[in-house]
Amino acid sequence: MKQKLVVIGAGMASGRVLEHLTETAPDSFDITLFNAEPRGNYNRIMLSPVLSGEKTYEEIVTHDHDWYTERDVTCRFGEHVVKIDRDMKVVEGENGHVPYDKLLIATGSAPFIIPVPGKDLPGVISYRDLDDTNAMVDAAANGGDAVVIGGGLLGLEAAAGLAERGMKVTVVHLMGHLMERQLDEAAGYLLRKDLEGRGITVLTQASTKAILGEDRAEAVLLESGEVLPANLVVMAVGIRPETRLANDAGLDVARGIEVNAQLQTSDPDIYAVGECVEFDGNLFGLVAPLYDQAKVLAKGLMDEADAFVVKELATKLKVTGCDLFSAGDFAEGPGREDIVFRDPARGVYKRLVIEDDRLVGAVMYGDTADGNWFFGLIKDGTEIDEMRDTLIFGPAYQGGDSADPLSAVAALPLDAEICGCNGVCKGTIVEAINGGATDLGAVRSTTKASASCGTCTGLVEQLLQVTLGDGFELPAAQSVCGCTDLSHEDVRRLIKSQELKSQAAVWQELGWKTPNGCHVCRPAINYYLLADWPLEYLDDPQSRFVNERKHANIQKDGTFSVVPRMWGGITNPDELRAIADAADKFDVPTVKVTGGQRIDLLGVKGEDLPAIWADLNKAGLVSGHAYSKGLRTVKTCVGSDHCRFGTQDSTGMGIKLEKILWGSWTPHKVKLGVSGCPRNCAEATCKDIGIVCVDSGYQISIGGAAGMDVKETELLCQIPTEEEAIEVVVAVTQAYREGGKYLDRLYKWLAKVGMDWVKENVVDDLENRRALVERFEVSQSVYRKDPWAEHAQEKAQTYAPIADLTLEAAE
Amino acid sequence: MSWIDIGHVDDVPLRGARLLKTHIGCIAVFRTAEAEVFAASNSCPHKGGPLSEGIVHGQSVTCPLHNWVFDLNTGEAQGADEGRIETYQVRLEGGRILIDGDAVARRSAA
Repeated sequence: MKQKLVVIGAGMASGRVLEHLTETAPDSFDITLFNAEPRGNYNRIMLSPVLSGEKTYEEIVTHDHDWYTERDVTCRFGEHVVKIDRDMKVVEGENGHVPYDKLLIATGSAPFIIPVPGKDLPGVISYRDLDDTNAMVDAAANGGDAVVIGGGLLGLEAAAGLAERGMKVTVVHLMGHLMERQLDEAAGYLLRKDLEGRGITVLTQASTKAILGEDRAEAVLLESGEVLPANLVVMAVGIRPETRLANDAGLDVARGIEVNAQLQTSDPDIYAVGECVEFDGNLFGLVAPLYDQAKVLAKGLMDEADAFVVKELATKLKVTGCDLFSAGDFAEGPGREDIVFRDPARGVYKRLVIEDDRLVGAVMYGDTADGNWFFGLIKDGTEIDEMRDTLIFGPAYQGGDSADPLSAVAALPLDAEICGCNGVCKGTIVEAINGGATDLGAVRSTTKASASCGTCTGLVEQLLQVTLGDGFELPAAQSVCGCTDLSHEDVRRLIKSQELKSQAAVWQELGWKTPNGCHVCRPAINYYLLADWPLEYLDDPQSRFVNERKHANIQKDGTFSVVPRMWGGITNPDELRAIADAADKFDVPTVKVTGGQRIDLLGVKGEDLPAIWADLNKAGLVSGHAYSKGLRTVKTCVGSDHCRFGTQDSTGMGIKLEKILWGSWTPHKVKLGVSGCPRNCAEATCKDIGIVCVDSGYQISIGGAAGMDVKETELLCQIPTEEEAIEVVVAVTQAYREGGKYLDRLYKWLAKVGMDWVKENVVDDLENRRALVERFEVSQSVYRKDPWAEHAQEKAQTYAPIADLTLEAAE
Repeated sequence: MSWIDIGHVDDVPLRGARLLKTHIGCIAVFRTAEAEVFAASNSCPHKGGPLSEGIVHGQSVTCPLHNWVFDLNTGEAQGADEGRIETYQVRLEGGRILIDGDAVARRSAA
């Protein structure tokens, strides 16, 4: 007697179940197969090649008409199932009932549609099945702009396919880097670079606000206000198990349909398989575990014992030319250690994650040849203690020589390329060394090796060591920190010359030894990036010292000090009242007048900061940046307004300068002073930039300090008009911003470049002066704003604890 | 072990931290990667600096007051400094951060 088996959904998982059943027990079941799509089982994984045009639908069909006929499967394709009646054991289709003895639910998953206005407009499609794919192919035929929302596996495959078909594609991704679930930041950066190389625009940390359009999608509006034109919008933000039928039938459903290890639902006659199920808290989106499930399920239907277990998974992206691999768990959990390998010239990044002497995760980009070997180590839990030192080089290096870098260099053949930029091989360098080039500089000038990007400097030095033996001493280079061998100067130069515009780019291209730097290099890199690429690079608060992150100065007891700006040291009764009220309201223990002509509120609790700022903002007070490596104050005297000796309006000029310069970030703090006459009451000649007014104009001097070092400024120039004097001050500031080493005060920068250089570039070369001012203004278009207002309005909750467990009801 | 839900992982900035108030004192909850969190005492053993305000790098944090660096796996101070901070078990489940409830509960009076 045949049992009646009804299957809802003809996808890859249920297809595999049918294969097992019809092969091993062809006469056991009378099978009816429902599918909402008007077709049978095809290889959904290959939709991407169909989209890009590398394959046709016919090539990806798994089960064709004949296959079903031969196996006597009754197909009800294009028909939706309306209901499952568990009491009657009947499946209700749109065109009639089918009774079952066993039921298999394989409804797969549904795309997650973000609930924004315009999501239902024509021209907005998801990416799940052949119909979606065909819709994209049709849309691409007309060319134009496509916006893909979601930078995960599916979204990127859609983006690559659409770009292949000639559309101008922008990917909008909510998170900080692409495929954040499979890749870490460095691999995400390389992937982005590859995609951008194909003309795809990638926007990260971008949130969609609405899809705009009258009768059909015309554009995508982002939270930032940016509007992206779009003839086609692909929504690929994620999937969720399709559980509606199971829910209605009263089966146990959590995120997915809950099943046991035999894939049985809470009703023992009903099974579920594939993306719609949840097992032991896990959901499934990749094909390997679905096939495992199908095998176990088929055995169960034939009364053979087996159990499904969750295994480690590996991911590959099916975009031609983007070579990435990710397996296991490369995040979460204590006791983990990293091994990182980067080869910037080849665009290669590899990271292994080790726990308890076992490999638990691997991420690779650019060279994934060893991926399966690593995956094997992860799956088998192999102990890697013995091969740890050379593990990252893959199986070819195991069981051989030790990985001493010098012997590795010595073993390289003479035609091995050392310097990728200039194509210099080992033989050429050795020849030069033997010919008398006995230090790095000499090798650079004779062979050009390491004279461009500099990342092979270490190799060249090792070659010098190998060739000269004890005759060569490695120079002690002043590197930024332990994360790199490069100096600050090298890093600044390379950020500009290689157009590195993100931290991930710096870490990868400059071969950082740590995953994401340390407290020494991160603030420096963050500064260099925002100074050199103000529009492209987004300031990273997490790479800033606490004071600059919280826009207040931390004190020894963990409280903060708050200093509102007083432009040029001028205030009024309303501002003073607001400061007094704030001091009262927030129990400020100490109120102090600073040396920079303003008032410091000391002892404010961290969680009160947004509220006190909001109060001060109401009176028109903004941040004084008393905490920043940036413009602090412009100290002034009362000048010609009140003073009988004043020659010019020093207060007015100070206010003008402060309003132009405030908010700008600099390598170290910058203080200005403007004195109305040579009596110099504003102490301008010990500031970073000092202006002393005289009858005939303005004497501008730079490079003063009154801290650990006390320095008097040196005269830069004398300028007749206020307007031009301000221009010179701005230009000097910008030159310092562009050239200074992080944490060097202006006088240290001056000592390096020399006063003659500054005079020539900032004072005499008018064109260059204007260009400096222009670049400063570009940067200030981003940074000349009050961070207090922004934080009080938008980030206030981040100043409070994430949770307060002491508030829970007492036991 | 009882797990307490203290918030969503996105409430903690990437390579940043948030403060958690408990009966046993303030705990810093660190997010070192997209889906990687740690929890440890907020107080530096050196001069009591608030570690949740420090720069987070790799699986370490640097104290904002005097640059002591702690490994968040073990709580041990790195380099030449000697000291240790208490660490607490946390895990992520569906984007929620769960902390070991027993470890952060009020110590019994017995």
